[in-house]
Amino acid sequence: MLPPLTLQRTIDRTVREEWGRILACLVRAVGDLQLAEDCLQDAVVSAMDHWQKTGLPKSPAAWLITAARRKAIDRLRRDRNFASRQDEISYLIEQDNQALDDGEAELIPDERLEMIFTCCHPALAEKTRIALTLRTLGGLTTEEIAHAFLDRPDAMAQRLVRAKKKISLAGIPYKIPDSTVLPERISSVLSVIYLIFNEGYSASSGDVLTRTDLIEEAIRLARIVNRLIPDDTEISGLLALMLLHDARRFARTGKLGELVPLETQNRRRWDRAKIAEGVRILETVLPRRRLGPYQLQAAISAVHAQSPSWQETDWPQIEALYNLLYASQPSPVVRMNQAVAVSYARSPEAALAMLDEAAAGGVLDAYQPYFAARADVLVRAGRTQDARKSFNTAIKLSDNSQEKAFLHDKIAHL
Amino acid sequence: MQFMLLIYSAEGTGPQPGSDEFGAFMKGYVDFTETVKKDGKMVAGDALQPIATATTVSVRGGKSEIMDGPFAETKEQLGGYYLLDCEDLDEAVKYAAMIPSAEHGRIEVRPVMVWDN
Repeated sequence: MLPPLTLQRTIDRTVREEWGRILACLVRAVGDLQLAEDCLQDAVVSAMDHWQKTGLPKSPAAWLITAARRKAIDRLRRDRNFASRQDEISYLIEQDNQALDDGEAELIPDERLEMIFTCCHPALAEKTRIALTLRTLGGLTTEEIAHAFLDRPDAMAQRLVRAKKKISLAGIPYKIPDSTVLPERISSVLSVIYLIFNEGYSASSGDVLTRTDLIEEAIRLARIVNRLIPDDTEISGLLALMLLHDARRFARTGKLGELVPLETQNRRRWDRAKIAEGVRILETVLPRRRLGPYQLQAAISAVHAQSPSWQETDWPQIEALYNLLYASQPSPVVRMNQAVAVSYARSPEAALAMLDEAAAGGVLDAYQPYFAARADVLVRAGRTQDARKSFNTAIKLSDNSQEKAFLHDKIAHL
Repeated sequence: MQFMLLIYSAEGTGPQPGSDEFGAFMKGYVDFTETVKKDGKMVAGDALQPIATATTVSVRGGKSEIMDGPFAETKEQLGGYYLLDCEDLDEAVKYAAMIPSAEHGRIEVRPVMVWDN
């Protein structure tokens, strides 16, 4: 018998790793996300109790799914609309009869793709899509999700309950979308994953600069989707992009948690394994010539990642990639980043003209990175006074204390 | 399941009767209705008379109050509806996007409540 603490940890880990796959399977069986989740939760509780006495089963996942199915049968039988649930009950009993033997967990059909399309359906609010994806596929608890988004747990719980109700009542399907809408729906899934990553990477508010859990979760989700839809080059592109960004995790903050920009990062602290994987993925997908914004951003990141030093950065290459990116995604933010590349590849003056153009529409008026970038280019153009003004605007627009400190430091060194 | 597709638009927007575009616009509705019938989705569908014809009724303390017009002062008004039998929300949304008024107004898609006994 395992000591309780080890057992608890093993259960937690199994539940985290297998949660999405088991839940997806249960949703197919019972036709309802909330019910499936309740049953799985019940199964987890009995697992703790049972495994304490008997030790870990050979396949905890198979055990959990069998237990959850039986819980579902019980719950459906107690349903006051018993008659209308007969189909689900028969299906569950049939599945239970062919119950998986220990060690056959790999035979559990993988329906996570259906589930992620449901959770990232455009009929749900963006924040809800993120929370729901973390809960159902990532197996994060409501408290963990609330914590990650600096939300109150009860508010987050409410949001999740409402979302599951909407899915069931509004007829949001549990299926891989039709080919006509599939590309846009994949891009909705990718944007949810990337938002999770960015929330972890840049911590838009609060004092913690990186929230590792969200970063790792986003990468894990991208791996799952990438495995399930291997043909989509943008999924691979997103995975590469996140790996390449994350490779710099330990170099982008200093000893005191302060922000260290790419220029002064200690490149020896970059994670070579992640860089190698990101580059390898890109080398596989780029030759397929189905470029998209994620692949291009990943390619830009890869140029930085493979450069031995800031001084040796291949700026013309980065500018060329930004030109392609702007062609596929002509937004002011992309224009701004393109301008920064131009400031190094050509001249700060050429970049300033592009920055003015990017800001002309007013879209960037409250966008902190724009003013920080502009200030930086102004410094290099020798316009210290204007740079100071721009840094100050950036400080006013930032609500991250590390970011503010970084910008104040910049002003001090003018 | 059944979905109600509620057609909202601001009166006076979109193609107006008498204009060249109006004919094509109405033909769009005829074609759409034909499509949903042919696909076996149509349950019902109607256009409503303009908002100026609306009367609002409420009962307070057992007394009926009848008022001219609608309470809501929103610019966009309910102008008609389709009740369709669709597989799921994706299918309902696909049909909603085919309604001609979607191009200047908006279509609210609502599932019809099913009462369990």
